[in-house]
Amino acid sequence: MAAQHEKTHPPVPYSLYFKVWIALILLTVLTVSVSYANMQQARILTALMIAAVKILLVVLYFMHIRFERLLYTYMIIVVIVTYGIFVSLTFSDYLYR
Amino acid sequence: MSPHAALTPDTLAPHASAAHAEHYDPVACKIGMWLFLFTEVLLFGTLFIVFAVYLTLHHFDFASGSRQLDKLLGAANTMILLTSSLTMALAIAAMQRSNRRLSVALLTATLLLGLAFLGIKAHEWHHKFEHDLYPRSATMLANPYGQQVFYGLYYTMTGLHALHVIVGCGAIVSAMVLIRLGRVRADRIAFIDNTGLYWHLVDAIWILLFPLFYLIG
Repeated sequence: MAAQHEKTHPPVPYSLYFKVWIALILLTVLTVSVSYANMQQARILTALMIAAVKILLVVLYFMHIRFERLLYTYMIIVVIVTYGIFVSLTFSDYLYR
Repeated sequence: MSPHAALTPDTLAPHASAAHAEHYDPVACKIGMWLFLFTEVLLFGTLFIVFAVYLTLHHFDFASGSRQLDKLLGAANTMILLTSSLTMALAIAAMQRSNRRLSVALLTATLLLGLAFLGIKAHEWHHKFEHDLYPRSATMLANPYGQQVFYGLYYTMTGLHALHVIVGCGAIVSAMVLIRLGRVRADRIAFIDNTGLYWHLVDAIWILLFPLFYLIG
């Protein structure tokens, strides 16, 4: 009976969501202000790194991956590796022709 | 359950209680939703690869194309979508605590924020169309090839993303109807939970779209 009524994840305190939201808004302000700075090449890399942190926050907290069983993390890693193969194959073609 | 309550687990046939209970498997619902989300990630992922390849090939055209987009409108839309993700997450947390009214109010807020996002997006597209900047317009064809590709990807990717926001709005309305019908409850949150996952994924995709289109100039 216990297994049948298994909860998918325990309720997360409201305050945690507000903290994550504040962090996301601050990171958005940061990425926009940094984009006004004159820094040529590092511009895209900086923007991508900030975006990666924001996506990580959304996935870990809003999508509850931090509170779920590890199965979901493993599934996400498989997708990232698969996508990494697509990216590296495409670029190994385009950058060296 | 009451007639069976006195029976021991040994005498109670496993299917006897299952026949009365409605079939509901939240874990399977969630794994299925994640598998669907992975296909969405790869759908946008291929477009991101196209973007990355053309960005390396036409770096300066992409930068000048990016400068023509309104950075502040893009940032405002980012904040609107982030806030809608907050209200969505709170709506699920409220439903888990059986607070139906709060949950519906938060879902309404999420829906309105989603519509605000679409409104700003439509305004941006309209503004570009007014300046004759749409695929294969006379002005566009006179632009360098890299800029034409930039705008092609801009309309394709933000358009596909906006389509996902519209689908997400539909899912939110469905969740509100199901709450009203009592089919989504504290002990049956799979539908609203999956709606949340979808909404957050669409938010996460925009988090990546925003800097790539608006901030590389």
